[in-house]
Amino acid sequence: MAHAHAHDAHGHDDHHGPEKGIMRWIKTTNHKDLGTLYLFFAFTMFFIGGLMSLVIRAELFVPGLQFVDPEFFNQMTTMHALVMIFGGVMPAFVGLANWMVPMMIGCSDLALPRVNNWGFWILPFAFGLLLSTLFMDGGAPAGGWTMYPPLVLQTGNAFPFLIFAVHLMGISSITGAINVVVTILNMRAPGMTLLKMPLFVWTWLITAYLLIAVMPVLAGAVTMLLTDKYFLTSFFSAGGGGDPVMFQHIFWFFGHPEVYIMILPAFGIVSTIIPTFARKHLFGYDSMVYATASIAFLSFIVWAHHMFTVGMPLAGELFFMFATMLIAVPTGVKVFNWVATMWRGSMTFETPMLFALGFVFLFTIGGFSGLMLAITPVDFQYHDTYFVVAHFHYVLVPGAVFSIIAAVYYWIPKWTGRMYNEFWGKTHFWLSAIFINLTFFPQHFAGLAGMQRRVPDYAVQFTDWNVMSSIGAFGFFVAQFIFIFNMLASCFGWFGRKQALPDRVWEGARGLEWTVPSPAPYHTFEDPPQLTEAESTGAPAKAH
Amino acid sequence: YTDTSKGYNLPTGVTEISQEVFTLHMWIFWICVIIGVVVFGAMIWSIVFHRRSKHPKPADFHESTTVEIVWTALPFVILIAIAVPAAATLIKMEDVRDADMTVKVTGYQWKWHYDYLGEDVAYFSTLTAESNAARQLKSGVDVNAVPNYLVDVDNPLVLPVGKKVRFLITSNDVIHAWWVPEIAVKKDAIPGYVNEIWTRIEQPGTYRGVCAELCGRDHGYMPIVVKALPEAEYASWLAQQKGGEAPTETSAIVGEPIEVAAAPTQTASDAAVDAPIEVAAADAAQAPSKDALVQKGESVYKANCAACHQANGTGLPPNFPSLVGSSVVTGAPVAQILQLLKGKNLMPPFGHLSDADLAAVITYTRNSWGNDAGIVQAADVAAQR
Amino acid sequence: MGSPAAHNTDRYYVPTPSAWPFALTVGLVAVVIGVSGYLENSNIGPLPIWLGAALSIYIIFRWFQGIARESEGGLYGAQVDRTYRWAMCWFIFSEVMFFAAFFGALYYARLLSLPWLGGEGTKLATNITLWPGFEATWPSNGPAGLGGEFQTIPAFDVPLVNTLILLTSGFTITMAHHALKEAKRVPCIAWMWATVALGALFLFFQAEEYIHAYNDLNLTMGSGIYGSTFFMLTGFHGMHVTLGTLMLLVITLRLMKGHFKPESHFGFEGVAWYWHFVDVVWIGLFIVVYWL
Ligand code: HEA
Ligand code: HEA
Ligand code: CUA
Ligand SMILES: [Cu+2]
Repeated sequence: MAHAHAHDAHGHDDHHGPEKGIMRWIKTTNHKDLGTLYLFFAFTMFFIGGLMSLVIRAELFVPGLQFVDPEFFNQMTTMHALVMIFGGVMPAFVGLANWMVPMMIGCSDLALPRVNNWGFWILPFAFGLLLSTLFMDGGAPAGGWTMYPPLVLQTGNAFPFLIFAVHLMGISSITGAINVVVTILNMRAPGMTLLKMPLFVWTWLITAYLLIAVMPVLAGAVTMLLTDKYFLTSFFSAGGGGDPVMFQHIFWFFGHPEVYIMILPAFGIVSTIIPTFARKHLFGYDSMVYATASIAFLSFIVWAHHMFTVGMPLAGELFFMFATMLIAVPTGVKVFNWVATMWRGSMTFETPMLFALGFVFLFTIGGFSGLMLAITPVDFQYHDTYFVVAHFHYVLVPGAVFSIIAAVYYWIPKWTGRMYNEFWGKTHFWLSAIFINLTFFPQHFAGLAGMQRRVPDYAVQFTDWNVMSSIGAFGFFVAQFIFIFNMLASCFGWFGRKQALPDRVWEGARGLEWTVPSPAPYHTFEDPPQLTEAESTGAPAKAH
Repeated sequence: YTDTSKGYNLPTGVTEISQEVFTLHMWIFWICVIIGVVVFGAMIWSIVFHRRSKHPKPADFHESTTVEIVWTALPFVILIAIAVPAAATLIKMEDVRDADMTVKVTGYQWKWHYDYLGEDVAYFSTLTAESNAARQLKSGVDVNAVPNYLVDVDNPLVLPVGKKVRFLITSNDVIHAWWVPEIAVKKDAIPGYVNEIWTRIEQPGTYRGVCAELCGRDHGYMPIVVKALPEAEYASWLAQQKGGEAPTETSAIVGEPIEVAAAPTQTASDAAVDAPIEVAAADAAQAPSKDALVQKGESVYKANCAACHQANGTGLPPNFPSLVGSSVVTGAPVAQILQLLKGKNLMPPFGHLSDADLAAVITYTRNSWGNDAGIVQAADVAAQR
Repeated sequence: MGSPAAHNTDRYYVPTPSAWPFALTVGLVAVVIGVSGYLENSNIGPLPIWLGAALSIYIIFRWFQGIARESEGGLYGAQVDRTYRWAMCWFIFSEVMFFAAFFGALYYARLLSLPWLGGEGTKLATNITLWPGFEATWPSNGPAGLGGEFQTIPAFDVPLVNTLILLTSGFTITMAHHALKEAKRVPCIAWMWATVALGALFLFFQAEEYIHAYNDLNLTMGSGIYGSTFFMLTGFHGMHVTLGTLMLLVITLRLMKGHFKPESHFGFEGVAWYWHFVDVVWIGLFIVVYWL
């Protein structure tokens, strides 16, 4: 039935198929085209951000300054983070949402296709502006991605470009998020009640709310930086009655939800992949939804755990410690549910599953260190050391980035109609897993032993940890080329890869996206399909 | 850095607080390890035994409210077991009452200033010259051979053992953070605000720390050294300091008005920086010779300017311009004086230096590396304040 | 599954490819580059700003013209209408959060940072060692007295008048809405012109107020934290009023061209929502910025 429908949709989509050449990509309003653009953009940014991290790791390989000036080092740290977060992870998730949300909820496109195009095309320009500062007099911004004043106000010519680039990224994120919210609320196929939606859709819905709530706050914060620098205001200077710490409050009010923006879609991806390869329904679907919502809610009241050392009143320190610790509870529920999903399943370990499992292990390790950081008196020792760097890379790289990689492996057969190469996929996984741990595990030790972050050079007793970390970083970077070639080969049909895949590429997969042909036609679900119990990813009906 | 440092873990430290913190740290760590063993154990079990080859037919359970409640409640209880001792320690740490003495710590780009309140002892503390030379880009020095590379200073902070010392921490320019792991003290130095924290060191020794908040180019090069002395030794050290024997040439500016922390923006610093009139007047009366100025200027330069503009004055363009033949250095002195007082772009203001030091260092730059642009006296500097 | 013939009428409207968004981005980026150059005194001159702004305005105009045409052409079904409603709601919510950042700054300054500078709570040492003698009061330009002595604008003066103006405009636009729903086009247009006029009047008074503040009261952006929060909050609000007034104007002109139907007129409603939002923000401003 569903199958027949999909072919039906295929039948009359030629009336407005893609245009040809570059204009297709500039003018496209198609969610699949835009998803592709987002993913290629994110890919490029991951590459650039990765190169910057290699500059960092090369300089830190051994003590002493070998390659770059300290100022340039700080520029690399700052730009690495901005590029990875705003250029890599976030656009990658938006790209996945573009591709998959309409296919998962059974609608023809995102609700606002032209706005979708706008949201995408802002990004290359925003990052063009940001990266161009590397070539300016005085160089790129070097005050850290957190942009704390007064330091960031010492930035030279790059300063307004930094601010405006952030504004533009904000516009892009907000428009994208509104689009996702509206699509999910307004365009679901018949039968797709909220509690039948795939978890990826759920997590994105909640992520989109977070984005709409906090990106404007970031815009406000950087606007105040701009006026403090050029228009005599004194939000962040004590002399005028302001406070540099006020910026940190506003920034982290954005910044903490931001880190969940980078992890909730990842949770959704993992919650999609694990049931497929365990051949079992997701355990505790409803509790997964509630846990996601709780995490999002809590994320608004924990921001000051990034600022325990600024000298807050004791009551504040206690409150933010307790609130932060609470996040471990709903996150734990998620982890336990994943484990219960695997429990007594019938698992196979294709590449997407490997990355999803890697995610569960390594994200949890990052979560544990997060919990340690939440303990205020001990955070005084951890804060601004490599222990923190280790924490957030564990949740970001084998966390967010692994989930993106897993998602690409999982859905690329659907996108291109060509399977990736399983051998190279597995090789990619094992190399990535080994090298990422080699990169970031030793950083825990360096941090505990006293190595502070954001320094180009260090005392000699940290040498061993840093040598390992740098070797790991180079190894990880190189391993990603396997991925690039494997994916491009599927995109372009290299090595004689044929488009001969069934609609349901993974036998255990559920969901509407698996009812359309592989590759998915340019237009899918122009007429909404009926969701059947077999394709429902929500909690199965009690009758079962 | 020190004897008690383990190299892979937090130091136990030498204060009651630092030991409590260490215990807490290990407590949370082991809790995480145990939870990890359970969770990962279950996962690995499942990966090994519930793979398709071993377990071809998947079970079909998919929810259980009881289980969900259990694994919501259990972590909650565990968290309480962490939160209670953590709160107790935190409350102790924040209790700065009844201190025996107070030291005011001021962060500068990129050095620390210590002021023993009520004792008339105050001085700067900077990275040692040896480390500083070795840390330059492609210096060619084997840093492994430099003793205490990057964690040694010219003038350590000297503290008595067994006394409750209160620190007032603030900054003169951007945010820094004063951190010494062995005493578990890390507090941000915020321009325009003062943070308080305390310690009571139990063992004599040398404890090293670093600036722990990104503060610009040389953030990695403003270490902290605390030397804890038995009370009697400390007393004699203090007496010696009061005897007027200044720790170094460049920081012989006791009584300098660092209280007026310049606010970060230029407008604010104008209002806030106040000249040490007496010092200036005294210096002006003597009007040192060019040679004396250049000689003194050289050491001021090494301590304050060389990090960016380099010992040979060529700077590190484009961020740090060369002073050789620079239009500012060879042009009208007033412009150069103002730039030193107020800063420009990345260059921080140096208004905290005395008029005499500024005059000396300006004269030095005007008469070195082929520059030949006359001398500047302390009175000229005072006139621009 | 429905027969193929049924598709075209009740399908969700998906627009054809469009170059507007890309061109709009180019325009915005040109403006941004121009402004950055101006702020950092580089020599690229004002040309990018003017060209970029002109391009952006032209594109926005064309884009909305296109939407109006599609709407009048009957391409939008009920579902598209719902899309616009949701989207407008969440857009306004994002604007609320933007203002929240500045309200938060005001709150922080008044309740936390100024009292701290005055030595309250754990920050006694801040006052004694850094800012001796400073007493936290509101309004304040901080312990360094940035910008010198200044006076504030009394709430129950022009601001009160402005409050009344905006409240009235909220009333007039509601009247216009009722008229539209009852298909009384002429009164609707009249109420709309009244609303536009009130918006413009508000802006006129606000501009006067700014001139007065700068010239007579020595109240400027540089007047410490009071001047900062005052001008940023009222300034961003004023920008929103400007935008709102322009949108009202466009809607009025469209009404005069015969657009909108009594039963479907989301363009009108969206602008009305926006206008109410601007109104509510002003009430907040009046209370916490001018009055308290
Ligand atoms: C994807 C991003 C991401 C995620 C998901 C998290 C998750 C968490 N983070 Fe992290 N964090 C960052 C990204 C992220 N963080 C970044 C980027 C920074 C640094 C920013 C900067 O300064 O530049 C940072 C910094 C940071 C700090 C500040 C450190 C400092 O600067 O001093 C703190 C402090 O509380 C913290 C805490 C936490 C906690 C408690 C979680 C929790 O959500 C984790 C919860 C998960 C678990 C606990 C594991 C699974 C749970 C169980 C198996 C249940 C049972 C467990 C227990 C009862 C223990 N993080
Ligand atoms: C998502 C965010 C993200 C990611 C992915 C990374 C990735 C890496 N980071 Fe990152 N890093 C940050 C966020 C991130 N980092 C942040 C926020 C900071 C703090 C900055 C500050 O202090 O201000 C930081 C700081 C930071 C430091 C500390 C610098 C300092 O304190 O001075 C170091 C040092 O080793 C480091 C190293 C690395 C390395 C080796 C990687 C490697 O993992 C990089 C290799 C990765 C790739 C090559 C990309 C691979 C991805 C793909 C291939 C996916 C494909 C995509 C699609 C199909 C769309 N980073
Ligand atoms: Cu001072 Cu970092
Ligand atoms: Cu956080």
